[in-house]
Amino acid sequence: MSSQHGHSAAHKSKLHGSLKSYTVGFALSLILTVLSFGCVMSGAVPQHLVVPGIVAFCVIQLLVQLVFFLHMGTAPEQRDNLSIGVFSLLIIAIVVVGSVWVMHNMNLYMMHPAMQSMSSSIG
Amino acid sequence: MFGKLSLSAIPFHEPIIMGTLLMVCLGGAAVLGWITLQRKWGYLWSEWFTTVDHKRIGIMYIILALVMLLRGFADAIMMRAQQALASADAAGYLPPHHYDQIFTAHGVIMIFFVAMPFVVGLMNLVVPLQIGARDVAYPFLNSLSYWLTASGVVLVMLSMFVGDFAATGWLAYPPLSELKFSPTVGVDYYIWALQLSGLGTTLSGINFIVTILRMRTPGMQLMQMPVFTWTALVTNILIVAAFPVLTVALALLAADRYLDMHFFTNELGGNAMLYINLIWIWGHPEVYILVLPCFGVFSEVVATFSGKPLFGYKSMVYATAGIGVLSFLVWLHHFFTMGSGADVNAFFGITTMIISIPTGVKLFNWLFTMYRGRIRFTLPMMWTVAFMITFTIGGMTGVLMAVPGADFVLHNSLFLIAHFHNVIIGGVLFGCFAAINYWFPKAFGFKLEERWGKASFWCWVVGFYMAFMPLYVLGLMGMTRRMNHYANPAWQPYLIVAAVGAGVIALGIGFMLLQFVVSIRNRAENRDLTGDPWGARTLEWATSSPAPFYNFAVLPKVEELDQFWADKEHKRAYPQHEHYADIHMPRNTGVGLIMAAFGTVLGFAMVWHIWWLAIVGLAGMIGSFISRAYDTDVDYYVPGAEVEKIERARLVPLHKLIENVGPASAGEKVA
Repeated sequence: MSSQHGHSAAHKSKLHGSLKSYTVGFALSLILTVLSFGCVMSGAVPQHLVVPGIVAFCVIQLLVQLVFFLHMGTAPEQRDNLSIGVFSLLIIAIVVVGSVWVMHNMNLYMMHPAMQSMSSSIG
Repeated sequence: MFGKLSLSAIPFHEPIIMGTLLMVCLGGAAVLGWITLQRKWGYLWSEWFTTVDHKRIGIMYIILALVMLLRGFADAIMMRAQQALASADAAGYLPPHHYDQIFTAHGVIMIFFVAMPFVVGLMNLVVPLQIGARDVAYPFLNSLSYWLTASGVVLVMLSMFVGDFAATGWLAYPPLSELKFSPTVGVDYYIWALQLSGLGTTLSGINFIVTILRMRTPGMQLMQMPVFTWTALVTNILIVAAFPVLTVALALLAADRYLDMHFFTNELGGNAMLYINLIWIWGHPEVYILVLPCFGVFSEVVATFSGKPLFGYKSMVYATAGIGVLSFLVWLHHFFTMGSGADVNAFFGITTMIISIPTGVKLFNWLFTMYRGRIRFTLPMMWTVAFMITFTIGGMTGVLMAVPGADFVLHNSLFLIAHFHNVIIGGVLFGCFAAINYWFPKAFGFKLEERWGKASFWCWVVGFYMAFMPLYVLGLMGMTRRMNHYANPAWQPYLIVAAVGAGVIALGIGFMLLQFVVSIRNRAENRDLTGDPWGARTLEWATSSPAPFYNFAVLPKVEELDQFWADKEHKRAYPQHEHYADIHMPRNTGVGLIMAAFGTVLGFAMVWHIWWLAIVGLAGMIGSFISRAYDTDVDYYVPGAEVEKIERARLVPLHKLIENVGPASAGEKVA
């Protein structure tokens, strides 16, 4: 309900960033995207580093967009967003790392070696 | 045209189901006929079905939960009867396929359609009042959440009479729940009912997080919120974090069944363990989603009826938040036996033991609140004491099973069944009953009478111990869960005791219904004129009973914890104002109900593979949402003069009363 608009327009300029921050964010995003494509297409990156490379650039890009476009930061009015963001990251890390660990161990102990190669992409 | 649906989907050959259908039709016709005779349809539609008032939505959630409690309990007593009979040569009265559906339906209904609506209903009823808000952040979304939950209920109930329900156990583990081994529509009903109600729950979670973080009354800091609101905040964060995992797991299972995918099948690279891993990543936070708000209820009740501030408010808040995070780190203890090895099992065993520490902190806080308090043993307080004893026993058996080695013996035995009923009935259900007795006057303006309430209480408590303590013994004797028949006659005496216990619980439910009927009939005697019938501490008691639709004529100013108590002490509670401003309120809307109705159609059509109807359902949902998005007439102002009239009618007699008896005791004297 809208009877309590607690937040005035005073913070608006800070919340919405400036031309400079958007330009920097846009440039960084472009560079990171080009680097990701470069990983795959240039052939300069060794085969076993391609996937880790893309993942790394992807995570950096995510952070860049959070900071420059969604204005996540340590400013007082951003603390709520920041803490929610950190909490989300924590939960995602627990779920993903935990699942991979659990499933990997399960495969290790429960699967016959011959079956392991043909079954389950995880682990 | 009708996909897999034909007349043969109705189980005419099952006398038990047909008898139930007949009863449901007769009962339903009686209720509908009575409403028609009383000409109440217009009233129901305009005042309840289309309401966006959080209090009314909360009441509808709780009524839904009570109705489904009857259904879930009917399943329970059928299982108890079957197991009491089906020893050695006797086969009992339920054929295996029907029995399997019953234990599945019992679990699904009790968790998703009893415990969840209870808890969400309580949060609806209480949270905005406790934080001095006039409604939730998104009133329309709230109505949509409720009706989506109701459409899940409709699908589950329908499955009994049209087709069948899942016969897989309440979490539908693959590969059993895959098309190959469950070719009927049962699992599809399960999937779509849970997807619809799960969507509603997720939306509720978002709604309440925003409400609590953004709509607190001026001055109220986070650390000045009542403990129930704190537990509600953590619960809703858990909902938003955990329910998407359930949605994804069920969507992948649906992809297996509908699109011939192989996420969880035995062949072609599928891995059933992954489903079990995912479903428990949701499932364990889910049990804390249910029990945390009940911990909040007990905190409010203990403080109120001990006449003291809650002992260790801060530790209570930190314990709640700690449980919230830890609840994401224990899921594997549900499948120690699947063979992840010693490292993994040890890690999750230890985290499980750690999570009992903040829970223990809470128990001690409640005990120290009672210590040297002036305790009044009203019904909410009795439920709280019963909870503290019962939940402690259940918690200890839980820690016992957290030892992986012990769990290998007890996994899937009746010991486990006894354990989780011990914490869910003793924690969640007792909490909801305490809450109903505690907040009933705030919802309806009169207290529940105590005589039948106490009869119900004793039947529930005694019945619970009779029904579930034998199950611990049976678990140690080696009886596994979900047995339609057993060969060991030594188990039978215990199962007969358990069945009698279920009968005593049935009496408890009956007395509870009687308590409602008697209270409504004698409401004039139990009317609460002050708004504060218990001499309580938190803001919801500062307004009238029942709370006016705008909750607070003037938003209360908060400077400390238990502000209302301090106001009463300093004789500045119930302020009268010279001037009342207009109040901005959301307008009622039926779109939530219409969207959920289309959702029900969508779910039903997907269950039976009626693709054109599914498209109609989906288009209807999206279309009605778009029409709502373009509706600009969504709010209105209550004129200050009208507010003033309502407030004067309450405050003038109230102040006379306070002059006579003093503010602190006004509540008790009148009530």
